[in-house]
Amino acid sequence: MYKAKINVTLKKSVLDPQGKTVLQAVHSLGFHSAQEMRVGKYFELSLNSTDRVKAEQELKAMCAELLVNPVIEDYTFQLEEVR
Amino acid sequence: MKAAVIVFPGSNCDTDCWHVIRDVMNVNVDFVWHKETDLKGVDLVVLPGGFSYGDYLRCGAIARFSPIMKEVIKHADAGRYVIGICNGFQVLLEAGLLPGALLRNRTLRFMCKPVYLRVENSTTIFTNHLKQNQVIEVPIAHGEGNYFCDERTLETLEGNKKIIFRYCSENGTISDEFNPNGSLSHIAGIINQKGNVLGMMPHPERMSESILGGTDGKKIWESIVSYVK
Repeated sequence: MYKAKINVTLKKSVLDPQGKTVLQAVHSLGFHSAQEMRVGKYFELSLNSTDRVKAEQELKAMCAELLVNPVIEDYTFQLEEVR
Repeated sequence: MKAAVIVFPGSNCDTDCWHVIRDVMNVNVDFVWHKETDLKGVDLVVLPGGFSYGDYLRCGAIARFSPIMKEVIKHADAGRYVIGICNGFQVLLEAGLLPGALLRNRTLRFMCKPVYLRVENSTTIFTNHLKQNQVIEVPIAHGEGNYFCDERTLETLEGNKKIIFRYCSENGTISDEFNPNGSLSHIAGIINQKGNVLGMMPHPERMSESILGGTDGKKIWESIVSYVK
């Protein structure tokens, strides 16, 4: 069994008005050191697989087909074995 | 001519489209539930507005995998006609039938108001009853209508005259001030390379009867109907 953690963010070239607005709110709380906030998505899922390579392939396919829109988003993932 | 309005769970402009096509345009039209797998040889498919699958994940991202979408893609590939309005536009982009994506409105607000559109190409099957550069008034109602694509795609859209509507002022001026959602290049609607698939954020079905405030949207339905008939 593997556990996957996937982070999806808007591409650098894509404006993120949500991130900008949240950053303004953070500034209004007095946290002036905060800069360049981007709001993204986080997925956690378990993969019933014993083969790491296969699990990774499946995960990439899921991201490409559904979880991520490559026109506007980038993603990274972590895969760890769990018992 | 025959038309089909696809109904996804969460569609909410399906009945408006069906009503206009049937009662205003006098065209034979049926609802088609997203789980169906047959379009029964219709000429025009309408992907209506709404919140298919609650807009979960990304607008249109899950609707794209509904069983009927395989048929809609075949229908489009065969050169038949598809119009996606609002959420329907989002579905077309997620399905890859049109290029680009729609982001959250620049203001982060859901916007529901009439806007002016400039007709950028009046030679398409969806705009042949409109004039080049004509300004029409059609309402928008969306939270994620901020069109985005990469530079190369934008160049292709511009170069091939595939941008069909741009947001503008009442007299046709294009500027940031009249762009409600931050759309790249003020894009409100685009068409595919072949010219048979149109996607637009504004709702022509809400502006097709004078009792509802105007008939500018009706020109789009008239264009398709006269072309197909």
